[in-house]
Amino acid sequence: MAAKGLADKVRETQVWKSIFRHGPPDNARNRAAVVAGNVFLHLHPIKLKKSGVQLGYTWCMGGLTFFIFLALTVSGVLLMFYYRPTAEYAFNDIIALREHVPLGIMREIHRWGAHAMVITTWLHMFRVFMTGSYKPPREFNWGVGVILLVLTLLLSFTGYLLPWDQLAIWAITVGANMAKATPFLGHGGPGASLAQIGDFVLVSDKNDVRFQLLAGRFVGEPALLRFYILHCVFIPLVVGTLIAVHFWRVRKDGGISAPL
Amino acid sequence: MRELINWIADPIRSFPIVCVLFYLMMKYYRVVGSKKFLYVALAVIIPTAVWFAADPNFFTILILPDNIPIIILLVLVGYLTWFSLHKAAINDERIEQGLGPVEGTPENREKVWCWPNLVYTELFAIIAATSFLIVWAILFKAPLEEPANPTWAPNPAKAPWYFLGLQEMLVYFDPWMAGVVLPGVVVVGLIAIPYIDTNPKGNGYYTIAERPVAQWGFQFGWLVLWIYLIIVGTFLRGPNWTFYGPFEYWDYHKVVAEYNVNLSEFMWIKWLNTAMPENMFVREILGILLSLAYMIVLPPLTAATKYGKMMIEKVGQMRYYIFVVLLLLMMSLPIKMVLRWLFSLKYIVALPELELNL
Ligand code: HEM
Repeated sequence: MAAKGLADKVRETQVWKSIFRHGPPDNARNRAAVVAGNVFLHLHPIKLKKSGVQLGYTWCMGGLTFFIFLALTVSGVLLMFYYRPTAEYAFNDIIALREHVPLGIMREIHRWGAHAMVITTWLHMFRVFMTGSYKPPREFNWGVGVILLVLTLLLSFTGYLLPWDQLAIWAITVGANMAKATPFLGHGGPGASLAQIGDFVLVSDKNDVRFQLLAGRFVGEPALLRFYILHCVFIPLVVGTLIAVHFWRVRKDGGISAPL
Repeated sequence: MRELINWIADPIRSFPIVCVLFYLMMKYYRVVGSKKFLYVALAVIIPTAVWFAADPNFFTILILPDNIPIIILLVLVGYLTWFSLHKAAINDERIEQGLGPVEGTPENREKVWCWPNLVYTELFAIIAATSFLIVWAILFKAPLEEPANPTWAPNPAKAPWYFLGLQEMLVYFDPWMAGVVLPGVVVVGLIAIPYIDTNPKGNGYYTIAERPVAQWGFQFGWLVLWIYLIIVGTFLRGPNWTFYGPFEYWDYHKVVAEYNVNLSEFMWIKWLNTAMPENMFVREILGILLSLAYMIVLPPLTAATKYGKMMIEKVGQMRYYIFVVLLLLMMSLPIKMVLRWLFSLKYIVALPELELNL
């Protein structure tokens, strides 16, 4: 009783009222207000079909993917305080992070979270396929999703290089060597040898796609900087933007799919 | 027993087995999707998994911290596949009886408040995910290997696990196919799905019977070609990317004599008993013709079949041809695998002069 009294008192204060402009969500009007009046919650419709709310329908996989993305953003920013993307410092900064930061699990959260996001994104796609949710009017949002999937993999891939250990540079070497084989655009790919004007070689190991990716012919310091910027700034911005598009479209396409 | 499993696990044998299992699962999804089946499966899988893990060689690979996500993925994919089949089986049963899918019952169509129904579910999911991540982070330290050394490559140099399906394709295709063209086809193919599949049924509920083509096609690519190849790439490929059974020690000196032959060598040397022609296009003529036939002649041929005509009537020429071409590109992988195993075929078209090997 006393607790209830206290909660009511808090709700009466000017501070509380300045933040939440509605009473407790126990009646229809306030339940609408709590969702519509909150910038984070207003992504949701105020009321939705019961089938779409059930865990058995969506598995909450898209929501989990988004949450893990946020967790990765936070833990990633924390890691950035400790990490310098140069061949001289990168590896040692990771060691220092491990040895000198008390109770540090941010690197673990970030690494396992990255793996988890790949998994949840795949499973989300699997669910969307199983419920046929890519069918009209959601064709476009499925496409946005596929791009998000590719970007999720690229985020993970660019992050792989940053610890600058053996695993990092050789996994990226394996990956980057694929770019070398791009038809016409990679110097080891089919058609590249045709791209010659007289003696002048158009596609060589100094200008092909692998070179653009690595800023060099092998995985060295320039590649580290490039991957760092892609990983920490560029791809997250694009992913964040596309997630906004994705969510907007989920709403505009009529909310979570249900039988017509 | 262990010898037997090592022997079976080789993709030469395990791939056909997985294909057969996939066929049975999709065909008898109503049996597979029953609760009884789940319990029986668990009763078999859990002891087997324990027994596998008890093996020191397999255990070593299993608990590499970087392999933990794959185990989580496998558990989730296994369960959620069963769960989807389960829901589809229930719905298809109901649809046959004229009741319509569960998602469409009046009760489920009813609108509920976002707060608290959805918001609390999300809160729960967030808390569960956070706890899971924290426990995972405490149990397994993020690994760190020796500092980067460009002059010494580890063996095997593996890509991150989610790309191991692609790396496994490198056994059968050159990098331009396995690393660029086929991944590109996967992405384009995925985006194209909603524009090819015009079947209005199965929108917003679990079903298999109402959209068999989409289900068989997608699940084959996802479960067999993607997930299975990741398993192979992670657990069954050791130094030099040679095959190692799950119970086999990764012996760096294991040498597998492999001698693969190009189609052109088969043709000129084995069948025609002559020297290889000088001109590379003449030399590779058979492979070039076969590849072109596969991509250009085969689609119209399928269109002329009863089934092809039926589909064209439903989705139109354009969609049909895009669908068949994508399907053929997807099937080029299993076809190449089988050719390799049966005939030790290396390349169908071998034009190293142009870096164009197929
Ligand atoms: C970064 C990755 C992604 C995030 C954060 C994300 C987030 C979400 C969320 C929160 C929803 C609401 C329903 C749910 O939770 O299932 C949703 C729905 C949807 N997503 Fe995603 N998604 C991502 C990737 C994808 C991918 C890879 C695909 C497909 C290839 C996809 C296609 C869709 C579609 C079609 C819907 C509507 C589903 C329906 O109405 O039933 N998304 N997404």
